[in-house]
Amino acid sequence: MNLDLSWMAWTWPTAAFFVTVLLLLCGMAAWEYASPGGNPRVGILRFETTRGDRLFLSLLGSAFIHLAWLGLVGSNLWWALALSVVYAVGVFRYV
Amino acid sequence: MDKTWNNKAWFLVLPVLVLVAFTAVIPLMTVVNYSVQDTFGNNVFTWAGTEWFEELLSSSRFWEAMVRNLIFSFIILAIEVPLGIFIALNMPKKGWGVPMCLVLMSLPLLIPWNVVGTIWQVFGRNDIGLLGYYLNAIGIDYNYVQDPFDAWVTIIVMDVWHWTSLVVLLCYAGLVSIPDAFYQAAKIDGASRWAVFRYIQLPKMQRVLLIAVLLRFMDSFMIYTEPFVVTGGGPGNSTTFLSIDLVKTALGQFDLGPAAAMSLVYFLIILLLSWVFYTVMTNYDAER
Repeated sequence: MNLDLSWMAWTWPTAAFFVTVLLLLCGMAAWEYASPGGNPRVGILRFETTRGDRLFLSLLGSAFIHLAWLGLVGSNLWWALALSVVYAVGVFRYV
Repeated sequence: MDKTWNNKAWFLVLPVLVLVAFTAVIPLMTVVNYSVQDTFGNNVFTWAGTEWFEELLSSSRFWEAMVRNLIFSFIILAIEVPLGIFIALNMPKKGWGVPMCLVLMSLPLLIPWNVVGTIWQVFGRNDIGLLGYYLNAIGIDYNYVQDPFDAWVTIIVMDVWHWTSLVVLLCYAGLVSIPDAFYQAAKIDGASRWAVFRYIQLPKMQRVLLIAVLLRFMDSFMIYTEPFVVTGGGPGNSTTFLSIDLVKTALGQFDLGPAAAMSLVYFLIILLLSWVFYTVMTNYDAER
């Protein structure tokens, strides 16, 4: 059987993006296996978050950081990526 | 007591995962792939990078559609929520009127979106529509095809007619769950009608109201079919909401790259708002 997926128009950058997201999810699953319960805590947002919530917030916030960078600064997204990493560390540390 | 873990349950989730993969994950991946490329059809794609996102974020057309969407959602919520509460408060609580009101309230919800659009499109016409004809007959210059204000009024009234029932039914469910003892206690204390509403009914309805606000906001923010059928986004672009703009770009102009970029931004906004509402709701539950 010849499975033609050319309509999905895969590229290396988008494939790398999805592989990274998949690896993050696998990493979270492994973390949960090693330390069950999701590590719930109340952070600076004043409500309880688990590490799954914190990953979600990190990814969603990173998407908006990239969009804001594109709209306000320019198309060089490496600085936006660096800012997103700092933001994600902050979320996992304080939220 | 130790919990018993049965990992076989995961196999029961597999069908859902496969279904979600085919209906959501694969299309989403495809949209991400399209958003960084250009195509002229025939599965031939060329790399465009972040060009479509930059174009979108600097496009006045996109921001105007977004502002229209937000204004529309705000107006819809400002009308439907108080009106829904008012109707629910005045619905009978016992007797033959209950099933009759519930059926009447459910009827608009059972009508498909495109049929609702068609009903109001005909209803508002100046030549054969009951509403349009008689408004003009009594001297009100109403023409939703040419006047942006009339088009907005038509779409808002149509949405209120279609969806207020949902708010009513949710509020009514909240109201009938209040035990009689609460009302008796209020009566003994000599509470006014307003005090009963403020301190008994409203707190008891708060949870269903949050659900109603969430549902109505999401639905109105993603509205497509009804305004598309009634006005087609016009006159001009006055009722072109994000979803209509998106379909025009994707299917009207066959600009898959820009449409994919717009879809992703639209998706992120809805995801963010859904998260905010979900967080508010779950934290409200936790506080209770």
